[in-house]
Amino acid sequence: MARRPRLRGVTSLLGTVPFFAYVAIFLIVPTLVVVIGAFAGNDGGVTLANLRALGTEVVLDAFGRSIALSAISALVGAVLGALLAYALATANPEGVLRRTVTAAAGVLAQFGGVTLAFAFLATIGLSGFVTVWLQDTFDINLFENGVWLFELPGLALVYTYFQIPLMVIVFLPALDGIRPQWREATESLGGTTWQYWTRVAGPLLAPAFLGSALLLFANSFSAYATAAALVSQGSPLVPLQIRGALTSEVLLGQQNVGKAMALGMVVVVAVVMALYSLLQKRTSKWLG
Amino acid sequence: MAGVIARRVRKQRAFRWTVLLVLGVFFVLPFVAMVEFSTRDAETWPLLFDWPQLSERYPALAEGITNSLLQAALTAVLMLVLLVPTAVWVRLRLPQLRRLVEFICLLPLTIPAIVLVVGLAPVYAWVTYFLGGSSLTLVFAYTVLVLPYAYRAIDAGLSAIDVKTLAEAARSLGAGWGTVMWRVVLPNIRSAVLSAAFLTVALVLGEFTIASLLNRTNLQVAINFLGKSSATMSVAVSLTALLLAFVLLLLLSLLGGRRRSSAAVAPVSPKETTT
Repeated sequence: MARRPRLRGVTSLLGTVPFFAYVAIFLIVPTLVVVIGAFAGNDGGVTLANLRALGTEVVLDAFGRSIALSAISALVGAVLGALLAYALATANPEGVLRRTVTAAAGVLAQFGGVTLAFAFLATIGLSGFVTVWLQDTFDINLFENGVWLFELPGLALVYTYFQIPLMVIVFLPALDGIRPQWREATESLGGTTWQYWTRVAGPLLAPAFLGSALLLFANSFSAYATAAALVSQGSPLVPLQIRGALTSEVLLGQQNVGKAMALGMVVVVAVVMALYSLLQKRTSKWLG
Repeated sequence: MAGVIARRVRKQRAFRWTVLLVLGVFFVLPFVAMVEFSTRDAETWPLLFDWPQLSERYPALAEGITNSLLQAALTAVLMLVLLVPTAVWVRLRLPQLRRLVEFICLLPLTIPAIVLVVGLAPVYAWVTYFLGGSSLTLVFAYTVLVLPYAYRAIDAGLSAIDVKTLAEAARSLGAGWGTVMWRVVLPNIRSAVLSAAFLTVALVLGEFTIASLLNRTNLQVAINFLGKSSATMSVAVSLTALLLAFVLLLLLSLLGGRRRSSAAVAPVSPKETTT
């Protein structure tokens, strides 16, 4: 009898075998391939050469551009998204307006990749709707100084399209946590609107805003398809560099440099997400 | 005081409509442009809904559409078969494993799809060796991609019911585990299962990264390829795919709205996988 509970435990574990076997093959093994591959030499030995290759100018530039693009699109998305979220927070919480816009934001935040790239090609591409209209009615050439749509400024604009809705989704709960009593208290003590925003609401919302901006950063940092569909020349971003390393196996040792770049991406995303969850904890403590 | 508040309400309303108007134009414009762009050539839309003609003129596109629909259906099935029994089982018998399962399921959120592809390439060399190079084999990778969103939906559904009591009641009445799963637990988490399936379908229809880098065909790969030769057609297909995904996700948010459980709302959007 004494052995039964233990036996039961073992047979219970059997029920989870399919799940763990599956994630081992298709999630854990690929992760390990990246981590181990980043330190593996072409002869199979352990080496730091791949990581050193991250220090070359091409790769460093790609990381710099990826980070700059993500930072700009996160910042613009966070500010505009926060404004939109505030507009919703002051509306009737059960009203049609708020329900429609949050549902639309939920849907648009998922909008990305090739289809988004084509949507913008149809809008401000060389023969796009807006491009043609501006040219015909106001004689304005959108691309007077080069076709920026296929470069970083264009990518930043396209990324904002999914960053703003994402910001609305993650920031709105924090805004809802702000109580009207706090404003009344400020006013009854003689505070102005400016003082309310800089001394009361601002500091309270700061962790939530920062955390949401970090999430937006990670979101655009790991984006690949939109960039792949828009950028046709060169590999200015890290994900596109990884594509280059993946598809050109002929280049000696490129495969494992790709893994080192992939590891670099994971490290950046992991750090950003860790900060995000830290700030999220603070937010739920203050505005929960 | 009342005057101050009335003035603030007026100001807030003005602010609200300004923001909504400006951003509304930004968000609606691409859709208007897509409609305008795809109707420049009058035969695009009729051709898109004429399947035999379409598969003759654009065989790659037809193949991509078929592949994506099959992938979406199979991924949803595989995800449910893998996740629902495990989640129920862990709740009932192995509560100490719950944190581990949750951690594993949420792991793909911190691994960008482009990174996952790097690691999946050697795994897929084996998959191709055993099962061939069919595009349907992507289902394995997609199931991993949708894990975080599907897990959140199903976990929220299971949290809303008392699985343990239900299962014990059914067992004491002589039901086997199969009956417990199929006839007791599953009907109770129907809407959670449905949202997990919807999310899966929407994500798989939008997937590009893994398919394109593992040299397989799906809808997005076909659209991207088509964009180089027939821009009008590719915009029309994009618009259709988008509308389809939007309808799915709107249905999902209606489902979520009816359930009103805050846990079911994913704090992180499934963006990582589609971009």
